[in-house]
Amino acid sequence: MSDAGGAPPASGIQRGLRLEQLFAYAPLLGRGALVTIEVALLSLVVATVLGGMGAIAKLAGAMAPRAAAGVYTTIVRGVPDLVLILLIYFGGQRLVNDIGRGLGLDYVEVSKFWAGVAAIGFIYGAYLTETFRGAYLSVPRGQAEAAYALGLNRGQTLWLVTLPQLLRHALPGYGNVWMVLVKSTAVVSVIGLEDLVGLADKAGKSTREPFLFFVAVILVYLAITAVSGWALRRVDARVSRGIAA
Amino acid sequence: MNFEIIAAAWPMFAKGVWITLHLTVLALAVGFVIALPAALSLHQKGRFHRVWGAYVYVFRGTPLLVQTYLIYYGLSQFDWVRSSYLWGAPAFLGDSWLAGVWPSLKSAWWCALIAFSLNSGAYQAEILRGGLSVVPKGEIEGAKSLGLNPSQVTRLVLLPSALRRALPQYGNEIVFMLHGSVVASVITIQDILGAGRTLNARHYVAYEGFLTAAALYMAITFAVVWAFRQVERRYLRHLNIRPVRTKGAQAPGLAGIGGVALR
Repeated sequence: MSDAGGAPPASGIQRGLRLEQLFAYAPLLGRGALVTIEVALLSLVVATVLGGMGAIAKLAGAMAPRAAAGVYTTIVRGVPDLVLILLIYFGGQRLVNDIGRGLGLDYVEVSKFWAGVAAIGFIYGAYLTETFRGAYLSVPRGQAEAAYALGLNRGQTLWLVTLPQLLRHALPGYGNVWMVLVKSTAVVSVIGLEDLVGLADKAGKSTREPFLFFVAVILVYLAITAVSGWALRRVDARVSRGIAA
Repeated sequence: MNFEIIAAAWPMFAKGVWITLHLTVLALAVGFVIALPAALSLHQKGRFHRVWGAYVYVFRGTPLLVQTYLIYYGLSQFDWVRSSYLWGAPAFLGDSWLAGVWPSLKSAWWCALIAFSLNSGAYQAEILRGGLSVVPKGEIEGAKSLGLNPSQVTRLVLLPSALRRALPQYGNEIVFMLHGSVVASVITIQDILGAGRTLNARHYVAYEGFLTAAALYMAITFAVVWAFRQVERRYLRHLNIRPVRTKGAQAPGLAGIGGVALR
């Protein structure tokens, strides 16, 4: 019994929150938190790749890629995240199997984990498209021109001059996307993925202590946010070195 | 795509649109009522600004889904909640209309509304606080020099000015609350997405319900974005603010897509 202090244990069970339940389930929740962080980090990778491609398409692309990038960002800003996740998971499942059946393959189970990663990456890739595009545009043209004048080729100019400055401009937006993305991962529990929220929901139901477990989830998310904020400030200080605050 | 089943289910989707809009508008309105004192307290470092700060931090730092679960599933585990008026209307109200609209934590709808309002309140508080912090000092000094007392300055000058400056972010918040309201479908409410899920389950299809829901959300989103553009044009004329849409230029904190930035 964790409720020391003379209170009869029976009343502790009846009324109080049973913290020992939380301790018993701590390893499970830890595993869930790990899944949440994995989904978030992998989605960020997908989003960064898509965002980079989208930004390039919008900045330098011909008509077709630019239009495709426009359609992409328009869909994402118009449709809620959960709708896209359900569509990608259930629709993707159906699509994969329709194609598979055409090829004479057996039933394939689409992974919830990867469907979640794909969906969240797809959503935040659109936001990163705009972040990267804006960051590129805020690097003064004269910087690249000066680099060409010094005899640097296009690749060198991009790698040594434009990109480092682009990072500084992109970081606040990138950090913001990361913070929103982390919270967004909660909805993958709706397709049955056993992330932090999904496992806490199960634990809360089987112990009849949902309040306790969801408060624990909230604390974990706040911890992730706090650590991310601290890390982002460190990175910001690093990429902004040499620039007056 | 089977358009016949979508057409046959349109009354369900129409009801879903109504529930989604109803929830979103009410949550935004209640959120505003919470955000007003919160933002003023945060801006003026009022007596409770630390409490408001903690509220804003917690609700902005955690997923809306978890907040909704906490209120819907979490609170119902307590016997004292279930035996109180939080759970149902007092018996003496009988069948009166008041009993019909009693805010009961038993109902998914009320839990969703409470969670959405608290969530939106926190975001709106931050938006308003931002608006308050960019009101030029001169406007306040001018108001004071005209002999307005502190409450008049706040009511007549500070708040209207801050609200106008916060308009672009407000448009965003509306879109995000609309999108956030899909969480309602997870706790059994038949909103737009709820209708889509029901359609898919009933006909054992994978795309129709979700695609219809996606199209409806998209239509509402762009209607809101368009409407806000008109409102901004009207009320921000004097500031010559061009939020986000101008090519390349990014207002601080507004890095986003077209009319919709991340909140």
